[in-house]
Amino acid sequence: MTNLLKTMEINVGPQHPSTHGVLRLVLELDGEIIKSCKPVVGYLHRGIEKMAESRSYLQYLPIVDRIDYLGGFFNSYAYCDCIENLLNVEIPVKAQYIRVLCMELNRIASHLLWLGTFMLDLGASSPLFYCFRDRERILHIFEALTGQRMMYNYFTFGGVRFDIPNEILEDISSFVEDMPECIKDYENIITTNPIFTSRCVNKGIITKRNALQYSITGANLRASGVGLDFRKSCPYLTYDNLEFDISYADGGDAYSRYKVRIFELYSSLKIVEQCIDFIRSSSEPILNKSVKPVMLNIPEGEYTSIVEASRGLTSCTVKAGGKTPYRVKWRTGSYYAVQLLPELLVNCEVADMMAIFGSLDVILPEVDK
Amino acid sequence: MNYILSLFIDFLAKFDVPREVALVIFPIIPFCVVAAALILVVLILVLAERKVLALFTQRKGPNRVGIWGLLQTVADAIKLLCKENIEPNVTDGILFTLAPIIAFVPVLICWGIIPFSSEFDFMSISTSALLFVTIAFIPVIGTVLAGYASNNKYSLIGSIRSVAQVLSYELPIAFVLLSIAVLASSLNIKDIILSQISMFQVCGWYIFPCFLGFIIMFISSIAELNRCPFDLPEAESELVAGYNTEYSGMRFALFFLGEYAMMFASSAFIVALFFGGFLSPFGFYISEKIFSNNVIAQLFVYFEQAFWFFLKTFVVVFLIMWVRAVLPRLKSSDLLKFSWKFLLPLSIINFLFICIFKYFVLLGGIK
Repeated sequence: MTNLLKTMEINVGPQHPSTHGVLRLVLELDGEIIKSCKPVVGYLHRGIEKMAESRSYLQYLPIVDRIDYLGGFFNSYAYCDCIENLLNVEIPVKAQYIRVLCMELNRIASHLLWLGTFMLDLGASSPLFYCFRDRERILHIFEALTGQRMMYNYFTFGGVRFDIPNEILEDISSFVEDMPECIKDYENIITTNPIFTSRCVNKGIITKRNALQYSITGANLRASGVGLDFRKSCPYLTYDNLEFDISYADGGDAYSRYKVRIFELYSSLKIVEQCIDFIRSSSEPILNKSVKPVMLNIPEGEYTSIVEASRGLTSCTVKAGGKTPYRVKWRTGSYYAVQLLPELLVNCEVADMMAIFGSLDVILPEVDK
Repeated sequence: MNYILSLFIDFLAKFDVPREVALVIFPIIPFCVVAAALILVVLILVLAERKVLALFTQRKGPNRVGIWGLLQTVADAIKLLCKENIEPNVTDGILFTLAPIIAFVPVLICWGIIPFSSEFDFMSISTSALLFVTIAFIPVIGTVLAGYASNNKYSLIGSIRSVAQVLSYELPIAFVLLSIAVLASSLNIKDIILSQISMFQVCGWYIFPCFLGFIIMFISSIAELNRCPFDLPEAESELVAGYNTEYSGMRFALFFLGEYAMMFASSAFIVALFFGGFLSPFGFYISEKIFSNNVIAQLFVYFEQAFWFFLKTFVVVFLIMWVRAVLPRLKSSDLLKFSWKFLLPLSIINFLFICIFKYFVLLGGIK
């Protein structure tokens, strides 16, 4: 005889429309209530850390873009920063500004994609198209600048590969001009929508303590009431010369995470604006010519660089060992967010699952590496 | 009806066809008309939905097959027809095949009940409005069977949600229908439409006394149709495709067809109850003014009535699509709460209000 009161085990993923890649969640359901949750990762494991050990420093550079394909510039920067520090070279100020500009535009693009897919997870299809429309403009700018829409390979040891032509700067400034209006549009159809608020407010609460214990970073941490942003707390590149605000919310729920990310869109736009002004007026070189990237031979040493990526703290540790790295270690924000899932999902309904998971802004290539 | 029937008998008599044959053939004609119209309307609706959604999201929508993408749905339908019918090993064979049929056939009957013009009500029974609501409920049985027979956990959860949803939204619909019945003193759809004729023209439509009822009916209809924001049974972000996850080819097409046909039928029902059905919004029929010949004018009036009916229905359909473009999906528990704690009390209040209105205003006027 079968027991009718038994709980049901259900596999969400790895082939599922809204697992943002290939996450697999083994859920135990009692009716529609989740009794236990076990995330299974690794379906997109490409061995990115191991690949470094058999390649020269330059050969590894294009690969790091693929760690988080929605925020390639952050990974690129983290790796370049490591090598530059191991070599003890300075990079020109203009190149630093260009790097900041690229990273902030990348952050906007990444947050826009998050907003669109998050709303799609909640069942609203229109915001996706609005967000992709605006993200497309950024991707066009990137394509014009680097030749690629997603895997840029634009930063290099000692600076950036190409200077930004004036036409592209014009494009960027017109984008920055238009964008606040677009964000207002999103907010008009999303922020006060009663269905949206009923599905997000007080859903998936990450307490301050939990967030710190699980080393959550980025917007997820700031939504839990900790105002930690590595752009402010330990500024890299030219962030200490730039004026911008960081925001944090106390709720810790999906709605706070949404609010924090929307605010970040505005603050990123502000940074981009200031970068454009500097890059226009500067005629410095963009590359430190003293670095010879092709035949790099770095004596033994270790350096860790950190960058506030769109999904939290991304850090890269390179232990140099002659012509190839001895070991490269990546730390990415999404991995820690996935770790938190069992904590958040137990005793929630299935319908809440996607609202909570979507609000964490997890992207699987970054988790599996 | 009798007028057209006699015309038909006369017409066949010219070819020496006996009266009895004409009497037998006559009822079949509307069914053929309805079936043909159904296919046509669904083809248009699917395209219209994609075009409307494209309009709201600043895209172009389908524009490759045929002029303005007009043949896109035809191409899709052919693709679905040619597709292999995949049936998983562990399904409950008979029920698996039966489910899409049960989900689709009642929609055809619903279409038959609706009088698209004043003489086109060949299934005219005294309680046709009640019959419509009852039959419109049957497709959910197909949904349940589909979820059960597929032997898929996602399908099962989807179909369970579907039942809970339809059950809880059936009651507000019943109460709204009751208040309309009080206003019209009839449960026959044609009588309800005809009772909306008044000397104040458009103001006679029941949307004016019963606006609250219209809102309740509109929301509940969307919920019954499993459309956004109530599309929980097929919430693709949670349940992949809900109850029709395991379906492919023509079986899936039947579900799809049924959904769109039902959307149109429900909208038509709303139009009949609240927007005066086939009545012209001007208070007179244009063809009466154009044609001096009485017989021709009378014939064209029927077509004009159908035209008004379809026009109003498409407006309601557009509203439903608009809602889909804007809103995210409700949560299943919120959905039930919304129905039982908000819509049902509201619909009872509406019913009471209509009763008082009818007693003191309409009947008072007669006295």
